[in-house]
Amino acid sequence: MNYNWNWSILLAPEPGGTGIYLKYLFVGLGWTLATALAAWVIALTIGSVVGTLRTTPHKWIVRLGNAYVEIFRNVPLIVQMFLWFFVVPELLPKGLGDWIKQVPPPWGSYLPAVLCLGLFTSIRVAEQVKAGVQSLSRGQGMAGTALGLTLAQSYRFVLLPQAFRIVLPPLTSEFMNVIKNSSVALTIGLLELTGRARAMQEFSFKVFEAFAAATVIYLLTNLLVVFAMRALEKKVRVPGLIAAPMSAAGH
Amino acid sequence: MFTGYDFDVIQRSWVYLFRDGMTFTLTLTALAMAGGIFFGTLLAMMRLSKFRVLAMAAGGYVNLMRSLPLVLVIFWFFFLVPYIYGWLAGAGKPIPIGAFYSALITFTMFEAAYYCEIMRAGIQSIPRGQVWSGYALGLNYWQTMGQIVLPQAFRNMLPVLLTQTIVLFQDTSLVYVISATDFLGAAAKVANRDYRLVEMYTFVAVVYFIISYGLSTLVKSLQSRIAIIR
Repeated sequence: MNYNWNWSILLAPEPGGTGIYLKYLFVGLGWTLATALAAWVIALTIGSVVGTLRTTPHKWIVRLGNAYVEIFRNVPLIVQMFLWFFVVPELLPKGLGDWIKQVPPPWGSYLPAVLCLGLFTSIRVAEQVKAGVQSLSRGQGMAGTALGLTLAQSYRFVLLPQAFRIVLPPLTSEFMNVIKNSSVALTIGLLELTGRARAMQEFSFKVFEAFAAATVIYLLTNLLVVFAMRALEKKVRVPGLIAAPMSAAGH
Repeated sequence: MFTGYDFDVIQRSWVYLFRDGMTFTLTLTALAMAGGIFFGTLLAMMRLSKFRVLAMAAGGYVNLMRSLPLVLVIFWFFFLVPYIYGWLAGAGKPIPIGAFYSALITFTMFEAAYYCEIMRAGIQSIPRGQVWSGYALGLNYWQTMGQIVLPQAFRNMLPVLLTQTIVLFQDTSLVYVISATDFLGAAAKVANRDYRLVEMYTFVAVVYFIISYGLSTLVKSLQSRIAIIR
């Protein structure tokens, strides 16, 4: 193939005047992580609540939880991004909507991206938490009741502490998914890592150097996350269980 | 809440949306599913092979694809495939192949990694005795795989394979980033031309929801019907 590789492009200044291309990409990684972490906080909070509620004996609460999950699961992420970015400001009262539209970049894209990714990921967390609670033997909840604990207390002191430790490995892969999925935010103008690799390709015409650099940065980030989470998993593993990996369809 | 909105835009454009856009989306989904399952099964057989080199090559490929964002992979293939094609054709320069074929190759190769993991779990769920009895009957590797192991693995994994296909169906909307005219791309073009973003994107969300929800309900009923009673 007659492609002229020129890796020194990474050390050339980018046209925006913020420094070299390599730094430009790493700032992009910063935005990727900032988006993923903020979305992860939302996802863990809402996902834990919804997932737990879906295991309670209250029929209507379970149905509401199921409806929430179905809505966010059956619409593609990029369409949800467009809904939060283009549609929601129009449906709000005019004053508020206009104010949202005037939020300066990059926050004008960052905030909808975080909200969208957070809610999108919350249903995956909810599914894992639900599976974790349901993987416990029924006797655990019954023992809680027999000890005189209320339903809320059983969850707080018996079920959830075990469930969260069991679902930690699948939650790790969900966290990696948030990092990967944050790249969809480039469609609403957030210059995260993939968006900046694309921009670099447009400025410099060095297609493969730009994407190869982004690829390497993503792989290194993944490695770091995997090592950090392995250490955490080891620390909180429930003694006596075969910590079997769970797998499911999805990205 | 919806006063001042013009839902006629959907009536004006639905032929274009479905005939051009949805056809693209469904064709891409169907072909990428077929290709993805085919290559995914081969990858799974490689990963489980006793030849270390094959197992490591397949494992490396699958892990690489699964660690990268789909959007980045779409960009990679969009620029890389014309180079490879130009090189294979001996043209000496990249030959453009168009958004559809670029997307088809991308999704086939990307989803193959995900289908591979499903098929690997499926193959591993078959008791070893099945393989041994195949060899005891004098069948070779390909006959044992093709006539004993894979049919059972497919059957066990059918619901998961179909669920992954629903994910694939939704993910094809990401071809937006290479300006392809899939269902979302067609809607975005109309939305920007007529300045009807609210109406079009809401409509797109509703259509995707109905199709995905309908399909996942079908998968659930299929799952309960084909479950093997043990």
